[in-house]
Amino acid sequence: MDDGLNRGAPLPEGAQAPLSIHASDFELFGLPERFEIDLGGLDAKWKQLQGAAHPDRFATETAAAQRVAMQWAVRINEAYRRLKNPLTRAAYLCLLHGVDLQAESNTAMPPAFLMQQMEWRDALSEAGTLDAVEGLADEVAAARAATLKSLQAQIDGAAAVDWRAVAGTVRGLMFVDKFMSDIDRRVDALS
Amino acid sequence: MALLQISEPGQAPDPHQRRIAVGIDLGTTHSLVAAVRHGVPECLPDEHGRVILPSAVRYTEGGGRQIGHDALEAQAEDAENTVVSAKRFMGRTLADVAGHERLPYRFVDQPGMVGVATRDGVKTAVEVSAEILATLRFRAEDTFDDEVYGAVITVPAYFDDAQRQATKDAAQLAGLNVLRLINEPTAAAIAYGLDQGVEGLYAVYDLGGGTFDISLLRLTRGVFEVVATGGDSALGGDDYDQRFASALLQRAGLKALEALSPRERRNVQTAARRAKEALSEAESATVTFEVDGRAHALPATRAEFEAATSELTATTLRLLKRVLRDAKVSVDQVRGVVMVGGSTRMPVVRAAMATLFGRPPLTNLNPDEVVALGAAIQANALAGNAASGDLLLLDVTPLSLGLETMGGLVERVIERNSTIPTAKAQDFTTFKDGQTAMAVHVVQGERELVSECRSLARFELRGIPPMVAGAARIRVTFQVDADGLLSVSAKELTSGVEAAIVVKPSYGLSDEQVAGMLKEGFATAEADMAARSLREAQVEAERMVLATESALAADGDLLDAGERAAIDALVARVRAAARDAGHEQGPRAIEAAVEALAEGTEGFAAARMNRGIRDALAGKNVNEI
Repeated sequence: MDDGLNRGAPLPEGAQAPLSIHASDFELFGLPERFEIDLGGLDAKWKQLQGAAHPDRFATETAAAQRVAMQWAVRINEAYRRLKNPLTRAAYLCLLHGVDLQAESNTAMPPAFLMQQMEWRDALSEAGTLDAVEGLADEVAAARAATLKSLQAQIDGAAAVDWRAVAGTVRGLMFVDKFMSDIDRRVDALS
Repeated sequence: MALLQISEPGQAPDPHQRRIAVGIDLGTTHSLVAAVRHGVPECLPDEHGRVILPSAVRYTEGGGRQIGHDALEAQAEDAENTVVSAKRFMGRTLADVAGHERLPYRFVDQPGMVGVATRDGVKTAVEVSAEILATLRFRAEDTFDDEVYGAVITVPAYFDDAQRQATKDAAQLAGLNVLRLINEPTAAAIAYGLDQGVEGLYAVYDLGGGTFDISLLRLTRGVFEVVATGGDSALGGDDYDQRFASALLQRAGLKALEALSPRERRNVQTAARRAKEALSEAESATVTFEVDGRAHALPATRAEFEAATSELTATTLRLLKRVLRDAKVSVDQVRGVVMVGGSTRMPVVRAAMATLFGRPPLTNLNPDEVVALGAAIQANALAGNAASGDLLLLDVTPLSLGLETMGGLVERVIERNSTIPTAKAQDFTTFKDGQTAMAVHVVQGERELVSECRSLARFELRGIPPMVAGAARIRVTFQVDADGLLSVSAKELTSGVEAAIVVKPSYGLSDEQVAGMLKEGFATAEADMAARSLREAQVEAERMVLATESALAADGDLLDAGERAAIDALVARVRAAARDAGHEQGPRAIEAAVEALAEGTEGFAAARMNRGIRDALAGKNVNEI
């Protein structure tokens, strides 16, 4: 059968293509390119990879080996950090599909979303007690969970993903996460 | 000397040759050295059987030194020349040292790091600490009748870059090969984790003489992952003594602590410390001291002590809760709290932990020794004495790192609690037309304003081709290594102009300064600089030859015949240089050969790492390979 596509042939043992330090985060962790990931599995894989690459493993080795270990350990930590956080994971998936959130100049958000943000900000500035702030935190956390659900549907559930639409949802999540950290600071100040 | 033996070709290095690796707890009030012997970590005693070395150095008449107990005994009559708690001055300027006006020293406010004028000249905390480290190094070498291969030195988790760099400089000055700097609470967790086999989320509450650290760790099968860390690098048992002393003076209607002479002040504080220790065991005690030539004996109760210091205990609780919030962890998720540092003997602190976590804290290891024991375990693993894969430490950077931007604001590049090693790049641009240079100001801290953060280094990227404002792309890269030390580089992407800095100059010492101190006849340095540098080069050569040979034994199949021959030739060159080094250029020749070996094995190292990563991805345990 010749459909014009090159098919992979299995390589003999010991001759696999080397895994590059420039491989994607998902390849590096041996994970499928999806939004939904198993966080427990990600953690275990991270520790396994660091077990092989961490500079502590090369403390008695040559300067060359220590340099290589440092580069890999840095790369593994970078990928782990990005994959662990749903916001950076979603933004990274967009980037892999050619939509760069940082380069986007169009940051206009839907009016309903902006109204909601303003209501939240007002609520935060009026909340004088720890209880009131924590009540608001619960509300925002629920909204965040809903956003994550729609991201999962948009990315993992769609036959053809609309990455520009995904980027819009990710941008919304950025606002929510930013607001969450403002709430945390407020909790810090009140307790 | 066993370390100088360079094995000849064909004669395989003995892989079971044990390396003497020690863990050193360089503390504010006292220091300890520990090592793993017969599989068990233990603190090494001095010739009188004492494991604790007071962190005190007295500079005596005629250029001599007293270190430890002897220095402490002479402290009362020679306070000016007896430096204690030098750790508080590590990598600090005078303005950084809170309460310095109450200390009995003649401080010299010099750029970089504050000094103390003694009868033997101005001494920095680096030099004082080097004396203590060298004393502990000699103790270990006497114990094992062998040279120390390397040391793990502990630092408070909350130490910033300048303080870590200063600690490393002190070790270098003491002739120690630093295998790694690790955080004190992490070391304590290693000692507990491996000794008690605990798993899950644990908090380490470390209240020492001069610093308070709080760390949250996740322990799973030999992996120690620091989740978050916090604390205050200027809060400790000494502050409890001061508060208590002030309260006692006030109750007795005497002068305030600040108004006393240095000698009286020290006398009262020592009395307060003794009473504090007694009150950990008993409900009441008598405090005796001398002020204005009159002896005073005041009764004091534990309740009174706790009231006078309640603010300090409350501060530690606030910092602890903040770490939990940082990690998004609730109190009931924490499986236990480990107590570290002599100050955790205070019942009030233990009670506060028991109330917060609803269970008594872990106190079964000696709080004075636990940090050194954990450091010894890690040193043993790093030196390759333990079975590989036994222990993996994943620590974090305690403070955020960033750059000054327009208007004196901080742009954070690396967030606090990032797992190290880590690196991150951030792009900046020019703000003026034709701007050809950019100032890079590196700061550390959590505040938004540069003026409220610690300044680590400044450098300039010059030679940017003139462009309109906003056209240049300047990429600034921060890298934090496994010791938690920072280096920064900047590159203009369109022209390729580069500048880099290892964050050292503004605090810390340059290599030249260290060399200078060694030449000035530093007490513990080798008398003969040439002999020292030859020996260091030979030891390094031996290390590299052994490392290369064990790498070849493990993964030699990754090389073809030509590549193998090239590496063998480079190894032979190092051997020859080390053997025929009895001439003036000897050390240089060895260094050049070692450098060539490092360069020539770069590709091999990358191929080996690839194999390791692939095996790790396939889920193979390192022990099974």
